[in-house]
Amino acid sequence: MKGTEAFQELLPLLGEVPVVHANGYICRESFSLKDREENFYMIGSMGLASSIGLGVALCQPNRKVIVLDGDGNVLMAMGTLAMIAAEAPKNLLHVVIDNEVYESTGRQRSISHAVPLEQVAKSAGYRQTIRVDKREEIKPAFEKLMNSEGPVFLLIKVVPCFDSKTGRVTHTPEEITKRFMKTFKR
Amino acid sequence: MLSGLISYLEEVEEAKYIPSVREDAAVGLCAGAYLSGSLPVLLMQNSGLGYCLNAFTSLNLIYRIPVLVIMSWRGQGGKDAPEHIIMGDIDQKLLETAGIGYSVLKPENLDQVLEIAMRKINEEKVPYTLIAEKGLFDERH
Repeated sequence: MKGTEAFQELLPLLGEVPVVHANGYICRESFSLKDREENFYMIGSMGLASSIGLGVALCQPNRKVIVLDGDGNVLMAMGTLAMIAAEAPKNLLHVVIDNEVYESTGRQRSISHAVPLEQVAKSAGYRQTIRVDKREEIKPAFEKLMNSEGPVFLLIKVVPCFDSKTGRVTHTPEEITKRFMKTFKR
Repeated sequence: MLSGLISYLEEVEEAKYIPSVREDAAVGLCAGAYLSGSLPVLLMQNSGLGYCLNAFTSLNLIYRIPVLVIMSWRGQGGKDAPEHIIMGDIDQKLLETAGIGYSVLKPENLDQVLEIAMRKINEEKVPYTLIAEKGLFDERH
């Protein structure tokens, strides 16, 4: 499955759930396919999507929160998997699009071909983890995890397909902050 | 140097103390807390400042995500373990270079610097650092 197909499958399932996006390919692909006010596009600070999502989940315990992460970000912040497991927010779903490369900077390889990230999350203490390789597996896995007690982890293995002509997020960082914060006031 | 403060926070029920495994992860955690309606405080030793600089510059400052940082000043005056000497000398210069405001916290300027910090946080929506010298907080170890 191509990365884009994973997003096409995933995005209609998000409803009004706040989603913290990892930088690079994750932000750009998601933004270009379907922009949402509930999306926090982290364009810099690589590695921190998961800790930002943890902060949101702990401060909004009555709302589901999704982190839409990439393998590069997860590998950079494996300690945050442990923090998430230790704080154990029931409302957190951690989705990782794993393409085994740093896609938006030219497909340099990451090391996730050798490191099963769903097993790392499981060992860290996530309540449930699922790995999917096929497009049709995404919806049932996502729905199962959305209805489970978190923290839960969905690893989606994809092949790189990023078109570098895909635009960058056009909102300014300040605009992203404002509209994301607004979603917690309604 | 912050150990007494941390033990106190662990004892007080109203305070939500969350241990972080890295200082930059704490920056992320605080950013998430702020974005979803809380006003977080980040506690760290100045040795963690280097890890935080990318987060401060490519997250907090450009997104206008404030955080109150209380940072202990190890290596002050060149008198400390070797690993703290350089950072103890350059931490304030690094904050200045990054454009992050700070004050050295003293018992006699507490109200004044807190007012400055809260103004930065509420009006400019940027991080502000309070640097704590040795002996400012009770140390319980």
